[in-house]
Amino acid sequence: MLDYMFRRVIGAFLVMLAVATLVFFMLRLVPGDPIAAMLADAGSEEARAAMIKRLGFDKPVPVQFLKWFGGMLQGDLGNSIYGSNQPVTQILAESLPRTLSLAFLSFVIALIIAVPAGIISAAKKNTATDNAFSFFAFLGLSMPDFWLAILLIIVFAANLQWLPAIGYSPISEGLWPWFSHLILPSIAVGTGFSAIIARMIRSSMLEVLKADYMRFAASKGLSDSTLLLRHALPNALIPVITVIGIAFALLISGAVVVENVFAIKGLGRVLIQGILNRDYPVVQGAVLIVSAIFVFTNLLVDILYGLIDPRIRYS
Amino acid sequence: MVIKKPTENLKGISRFRFIFSRDKKAPVAISVILIFILSALFAPWLAPYDPNEMTLDMMSAPSKMHLLGTDDLGRDLLSRIIWGTQISLFVGISTVFISLILGVILGVVAGYYGGWADMIIMRYIDLQWAFPNFIIAVYLVAVFGTGLLNVIVAISLAFLDDFARVARSMVLTLKEQQFVEAARTNGSSNMRIMFKHILPNAAAPLIVQATVCVSYAILGEASLSFLGLGVSANTPTWGLILADGRSFISQAWWLGVYPGLAIMLIVLSINFLGDSLRDTLDVKENLL
Repeated sequence: MLDYMFRRVIGAFLVMLAVATLVFFMLRLVPGDPIAAMLADAGSEEARAAMIKRLGFDKPVPVQFLKWFGGMLQGDLGNSIYGSNQPVTQILAESLPRTLSLAFLSFVIALIIAVPAGIISAAKKNTATDNAFSFFAFLGLSMPDFWLAILLIIVFAANLQWLPAIGYSPISEGLWPWFSHLILPSIAVGTGFSAIIARMIRSSMLEVLKADYMRFAASKGLSDSTLLLRHALPNALIPVITVIGIAFALLISGAVVVENVFAIKGLGRVLIQGILNRDYPVVQGAVLIVSAIFVFTNLLVDILYGLIDPRIRYS
Repeated sequence: MVIKKPTENLKGISRFRFIFSRDKKAPVAISVILIFILSALFAPWLAPYDPNEMTLDMMSAPSKMHLLGTDDLGRDLLSRIIWGTQISLFVGISTVFISLILGVILGVVAGYYGGWADMIIMRYIDLQWAFPNFIIAVYLVAVFGTGLLNVIVAISLAFLDDFARVARSMVLTLKEQQFVEAARTNGSSNMRIMFKHILPNAAAPLIVQATVCVSYAILGEASLSFLGLGVSANTPTWGLILADGRSFISQAWWLGVYPGLAIMLIVLSINFLGDSLRDTLDVKENLL
């Protein structure tokens, strides 16, 4: 097991190394002039020269890379070139808890919807109930998350005025303010995610229900709920774990868009604002962090899967 | 005795007809998709008003004059949504076309030749795997800039790895089969074996993948437009109409409802079609 974990951890770090290199070189190899883009129309020759010097673009690309890379390893991603010129690391450190809070709550909401929906669909396979659940799963997958966010604001914030329409309140200022600000965005992000998990649980449950040990358990005279929840569900959840890692990508992508609807200054909003302000150090940093979250979530999923199902370690 | 599924004896069109006649959602999905395609093609004749014409009739609720109401600049919402269909469908279909062709070439070459070619291509694909697709598209738009062509390139590249993976795994299974061996003995060139013999047999999962990707591409374009990273601020696209209307939804709910409804309807129909195709072509479900 240790050997398997070691290989996976090294693999993840190699991927992150490559990602960092790619993120750096993309901006420099692409045709066009990022400096001109950053200065937009307002750039004079002097401003341009100053900007090139400030960003270190006057040095050869390999030197720039080593400087950036060395900084990155020490947690220094440069400074924002827009507004207050804050260090990128500080901006990211402030925004990360917001995105993680949103992702966490979306994940919980998704599971609350998906697990019962998946179990009921499988237990009532090909009935009207199953078809209804399947239709709602398709609906959840097809609904743009930012649109769902807008609908939720129209109903719960603008009309009923139950919940705030925008903003974020840290958990240190109380559980309810934190929850009330995050619940609508979390539903918007979690719905599509829950559709995927529910369909996955359904098909995985159907596989398990066909197994011999299920027939044996049924012949012992166990009740339907014991059969489903004690015997089938734990086995059916094993393959679901793998898809959670992949579907986490949807969660992060959803958060990027939905944070912008609710004006939550998380990673997604920092990324999009960075792009709109042509603040490239911030954009690089945000993309790097998003990809790191994604890579390490998948690493965690792989290790978890290896722990639960020993066959995986040796393949 | 081996009992065959009723569909196993049917080939080609008749198989499609059989399954589509039993699957009630497929005809509905196809009809909705056709309606959207027709409104994209005939937008100039179908739209009751010029989509960019500003009038003094601002934020008026849906009425006989304006079936879906007007926005904050007095523009007719229905006309803007009809014209928006053009961009959505064009981006959705063209991006999948590009990533299908490039991805299949990469996947087939990697799977067929193996060795160095496979290693280089797979490392690239693994690297792309380290980013969520939408983040790739956002980053590429950040690098290339906004605009129709850039959005198409960004979304196409984001989906490239999905097609390459499917194509490669199909080729790996197929290349050991006897008909490939036979073609090789016949003296067929590698090119001919790859694209004439192997590819047609790998078509089914690729068709399903392409259908699903059209819906993701439409969602992707709408999200980019919504974030202000889309085609242009003057072209009515569904995502942009929603973004423009966002500030007014407390007074004018229709601005927040109808454009999103259009996106959901087309994406839902394409997903249903993809699901039916998956059953018809007997492709194992792959959720992402």
